[in-house]
Amino acid sequence: MRQINCECGHVNPEGTVLCESCGKPVEGNQHIDGNEGEQLLNMRYDGTARRSQTYNRTVVDKVWNFFSSVKVGVWLIVTTVIASAVGTIFPQEMYIPPNVDPATHYQDQFGLLGQIYYQLGFHNLFTSWWYMILLAMIGISIIIASIDRFFPLYKILKKQKPKRHETFMKKQRVFGRTESEDVDIERFKQNLKKQRFKIFEQDGHLLAEKNRFARWGPYVNHIGLIVFLIGALLRFVPALYIDEFVWVREGETAVISGTEGKYYIENKDFILETYDENDERFQDAIQNQGAPIPKNFQTDAVIYERVDDIVPGKEPELEVLKEASAKMNQPIKFEEFALYQASYQLNEFSEMTFKIHDKEDEDTNYGEFTVDLTDPKTEYELGNGYNVVIENYYPEYEMNDGRPVSVSKFPKNPAFVFNLYPPGESEPETSFLGIGANIDASGDNQYKLGLVNFDVRDVTGLTVKKDYTLPIIALGGAIFMIGVIQGMYWNHRRIWLQPKENGVWIAGHTNKNWFALRRDIGKAVEGTRIEEPVDQFEMKS
Amino acid sequence: MKESTLKKKQKRLIFRSAMLLVMAGLVVFAVVSSLGGEDAVIAKGEKAPNFQLKKFGTDETVDLRDLEGKGVMLNFWATYCEPCKDEMPYMEELYDKYENQGVEILAINLDSTDIVVERFLQEYGLTFPILRDESGQVMDLYQIGPIPTSIFINPEGEIVEQVRGALTLSKLDGYLQQITPE
Repeated sequence: MRQINCECGHVNPEGTVLCESCGKPVEGNQHIDGNEGEQLLNMRYDGTARRSQTYNRTVVDKVWNFFSSVKVGVWLIVTTVIASAVGTIFPQEMYIPPNVDPATHYQDQFGLLGQIYYQLGFHNLFTSWWYMILLAMIGISIIIASIDRFFPLYKILKKQKPKRHETFMKKQRVFGRTESEDVDIERFKQNLKKQRFKIFEQDGHLLAEKNRFARWGPYVNHIGLIVFLIGALLRFVPALYIDEFVWVREGETAVISGTEGKYYIENKDFILETYDENDERFQDAIQNQGAPIPKNFQTDAVIYERVDDIVPGKEPELEVLKEASAKMNQPIKFEEFALYQASYQLNEFSEMTFKIHDKEDEDTNYGEFTVDLTDPKTEYELGNGYNVVIENYYPEYEMNDGRPVSVSKFPKNPAFVFNLYPPGESEPETSFLGIGANIDASGDNQYKLGLVNFDVRDVTGLTVKKDYTLPIIALGGAIFMIGVIQGMYWNHRRIWLQPKENGVWIAGHTNKNWFALRRDIGKAVEGTRIEEPVDQFEMKS
Repeated sequence: MKESTLKKKQKRLIFRSAMLLVMAGLVVFAVVSSLGGEDAVIAKGEKAPNFQLKKFGTDETVDLRDLEGKGVMLNFWATYCEPCKDEMPYMEELYDKYENQGVEILAINLDSTDIVVERFLQEYGLTFPILRDESGQVMDLYQIGPIPTSIFINPEGEIVEQVRGALTLSKLDGYLQQITPE
């Protein structure tokens, strides 16, 4: 390692811009901070050697230096911001209707641009590997850039000496010469102490400094960011974070997804309340909306714990854990899980009641029977000699090439093929019955079946949440905020005084708020016959 | 001086390498768990997770674990799924032949009512075992997306093949041969 000997006797490491001890600009290194030909010194990191800009031998060093660069960091952030913005032009895949093919959906909806969007993978941008890698690279850049800057800065501020080189003094932004025989240095020191400056002395040279800790603000802030990122990263660990969804029909018990089959939920009742249309206070709003306005979504539920060995598919042995209601923003909480009311479907058919009557006369009644749509029986004996056999059942029927087929297992649009056996007959009368359809198969049926009543039930959709990462994310946010406050509300201020044969020189430096620094100096020189220094930067412009 | 500089340099290299390794590890973890997370359990070569379901029309239960030593084909299907209707007859055709060779075909039905299954079996004249997964738990366990999906498990209980979509007779025959015990 090449070293630089300063005329003050201090030995500086390679890459130093300003001598660590006296601040004298090191010849040949001024280009690093762009000081060449400038009247003022660039004081960033007090001119210390940033290691990243000096060693570049192995691959490890090269990778390290790449991430250490602020320029690279800024580009990474800009790229990520642009990519994120592009990701919001068209909806992400998770927000398009669930039963469409994304390959054609984007083209149909958004034309050629949509197709390009899909083919480039922007429809899954925020979970794509390259987006994750961009985020990760920002994280790495923050860590490495901070390490490479914090330690040198910490060391040099710890090491700094009150005795400074003349060039260093002259090239400070705030600088002033006083030519006078009797300046009151003691008074100057007292004034500074009153303003909570710490005074360091060396051979009559003074250094007054306050709020050095404000310089650590950005690094504290970065630690907060890293903690935040780690918290977000831990969301991939199922032991710490679960975000699932469960549908439960009224009266049914379903396993709660994400709990590995350990917990079950029974939907006792789903309640949807709307604002009263007759209440004067709401009438206008309801009329504007043109439809009822929901006031409350609620699921009354029972949570069960499975107590036998968990084998999926096996009939579970359940024990009641708690009975509770989930409302908007008031989840059911049990163990480490929370169930949030998130969705619903109203009025799914659950029961249908039919009666047998003469084909020509609807007022006749030869008996009624009720079909439970969750478990229809194959045969219904009406007790008066009439028998009805369900020949076929279509929970959600559609016509396909003239034949009824079911497109799902949910009774959203139920239809039946009934075989009706009148008393004493062995040949049935066949008919097809659905909502808005009642077809006589042979055309010469004597009897007809009619729907007299039906029951509906609701389905509730609940989000299953488990989140242990939130405290970590909150901690990261708090540290981040502390760092911001530390760097924003306090300013690092330094004032140097150098005794001269005929008077003194004064120089000042701060990382921000130069006006307040000059005011501090103004107060400090009161009654000391030291002239107030000027802002050389303002003078120039 | 020279020696201390060397030592410093070595320390720096070790520190930098360690930091980079740790961070690279975290990145790999994040990317892998966000992309590959879903298919982690159900994949070729993985042990097929156990389940227990009732045979349709009986009180008899079937435990997958009890079938170790036999080849097992799982076929997830439903009566409202059109392509399923096409492949059911092929399973019926090959069932007897492979059952004698120690291969069990288990057709796991996802309907919610018994009557539709019963009528379907009558219409197609199916005789091989049908299991009912009304709650969809086994479907979730095997991360089944669109149906039909078939999973072929060898006598050691490992998943050999996962086929999405309908099978042809010759393809089905080929897969069943793969899982036939020696």
